Amino acid sequence: MINSKEEKQKYSDMVDSMAPKSPIFSNCIKAFISGGLICILGQFINNMAQNYGLNSDDASLVTSVVLIFISAVLTGFGLYGKLGKFCGAGTIVPITGFANSMVSPAIEFKKEGMVFGLGAKMFIIAGPVIIYGVLSSIVVGFIYYLLG
Amino acid sequence: MDKRLGKQTLKFDNCPVITETSSITGPKEGEGPLSSYFDIIRQDVLNGCESWEKAESQYVHDNIKHLCEKAKTKFEDIDYIISGDLLNQDSGTMFGIRDFGVPNLGIFGACSTMGEAIGLGAILVDGGYAKKVISSASSHFCSAEKQFRFPLDLGTQRPPTSTWTVTGAGSLIISDKGNGPCVTHFTVGKIIDMGIKDPNNMGAAMAPAAVETIYAHFQDTGRKPDYYDVIATGDLGYLGKEILLKMLTEKGLDLSKNYTDCGIEIFDKETQDTHCGGSGCACSAVTFCGYFYDKLMKKEINRILFVPTGALMSTTTSQQGESIPSIAYAVSIENME
Amino acid sequence: MDYVRAFIVGGLICVIGQILIDKTKLMSGRILVIFVIAGCILGGLGIYEALADFGGAGATVPLTGFGYNLAKGVMKEVDNNGLIGVLTGGLKASAGGISAAILFAFLASLVFEPKEK
Repeated sequence: MINSKEEKQKYSDMVDSMAPKSPIFSNCIKAFISGGLICILGQFINNMAQNYGLNSDDASLVTSVVLIFISAVLTGFGLYGKLGKFCGAGTIVPITGFANSMVSPAIEFKKEGMVFGLGAKMFIIAGPVIIYGVLSSIVVGFIYYLLG
Repeated sequence: MDKRLGKQTLKFDNCPVITETSSITGPKEGEGPLSSYFDIIRQDVLNGCESWEKAESQYVHDNIKHLCEKAKTKFEDIDYIISGDLLNQDSGTMFGIRDFGVPNLGIFGACSTMGEAIGLGAILVDGGYAKKVISSASSHFCSAEKQFRFPLDLGTQRPPTSTWTVTGAGSLIISDKGNGPCVTHFTVGKIIDMGIKDPNNMGAAMAPAAVETIYAHFQDTGRKPDYYDVIATGDLGYLGKEILLKMLTEKGLDLSKNYTDCGIEIFDKETQDTHCGGSGCACSAVTFCGYFYDKLMKKEINRILFVPTGALMSTTTSQQGESIPSIAYAVSIENME
Repeated sequence: MDYVRAFIVGGLICVIGQILIDKTKLMSGRILVIFVIAGCILGGLGIYEALADFGGAGATVPLTGFGYNLAKGVMKEVDNNGLIGVLTGGLKASAGGISAAILFAFLASLVFEPKEK
């Protein structure tokens, strides 16, 4: 070992003090506006669906499906990545970001084949989301059952 | 005469000459400040291929072919190709040169590959084991993103410390005779790990390795920094440059007058949105083969210490929480009287 | 008025995500996982319900809403089917969204080629 723990810590502190910082305030403004706008779009679709006589559960499913579709098309044209660069969490956190995380690897890895490329890699980011979502729903459901 | 100076430096007395270079880049590099120095600029990132990986190999293929045409040399006259890149199993270069029928030495030094390739090539030529050697390195923004980071269409923000992998390939011929600058010294770096874990901050991970190698070079050779017209690291970027200058000043070496970094030279920070600068094997390779070689040939500079830097991590090691070990190789290239 | 509430609630949830990204250097995939778990737990505690009532799509469109949906679904199934609902409720409630995402991702990958940034 050439470098001790203390030296490494000292170096890490120095790097932190010299490194350019993310412009967190302007990033937050961008995320707020873009994320808010996507939610307004969602609200609009939801209201439309309810006007057509769907119940609230079906209306929110339709909302998700339409947003996922829009995200898939934008991702396909390479636009969602460009939006994401500007909007940050504003386009990551909404359901459109979830869709983007499935569509982009599906497109990228299809060169490695339909099964192990497209099929397997579609879930590199969405997979963990579904897995930990379902696991926490099981925990919530079980506790609810015990208390119920 | 001693062939070895100090612990890490090799000295070449038979003057292995860099007789020709060739560089090829993608469109983004072609829009950068060095565009007029590159031999070939492809407007198509895919270079006519169907995947990023095939495209990278095609870049290497086209570039080495162009190098030999430029030098009016047949593949039969090349004794070895020493080459590497960033992709798993060095596939970027290996697949690109598989049809050439030239004995190959594949190497891995991550982004420091070009320094290692030039140094090893000079050893072969200086030792009389070869008359003509090609040293080559390549990288591709899209294949590197796909392997090391995320799918390209994923909407993420690149942090301000991140660098932009250069798309392209650089190669050169080292010969036992001919016109051009000579490789005079080769300082082999040690692996240095200062505990940086952030793969989006390669400049900070690699700077200590460059510091170690540059310091060893001056210790071993007894030279002073102002001996060189230019001291150029490979892809430390803006942050890495600051760290390097600070650390070397603490060690008593002042590089502020003649130091630069290829990653800073190759892109325009303001207009090209590359954050901390360029990176990747091709960053130092095309900048040397295009820009610095041209300046050496025109005698605008006569002595350069070329120090490509490499971060030796993989996606697996990063996911396992490992820090990023790094390395740097220094080659001094000089116009002889 | 529901649009204004959706904008504010949705925007604020995204700001939390942005602060996590910039302060902790977490990858976006981890952010999504954290948001789903958080939404599910808050849904189980009945807190997210109130947020969804107030913010509408502003609370259901972000991925926390996906987690909330899982919690809502599992509790409804437990009410109807007892213990077996613990296993069926979550995925049942999210089946539509996941299937749609799989379908559109598949179709998009047939139509489109990867693009350089």
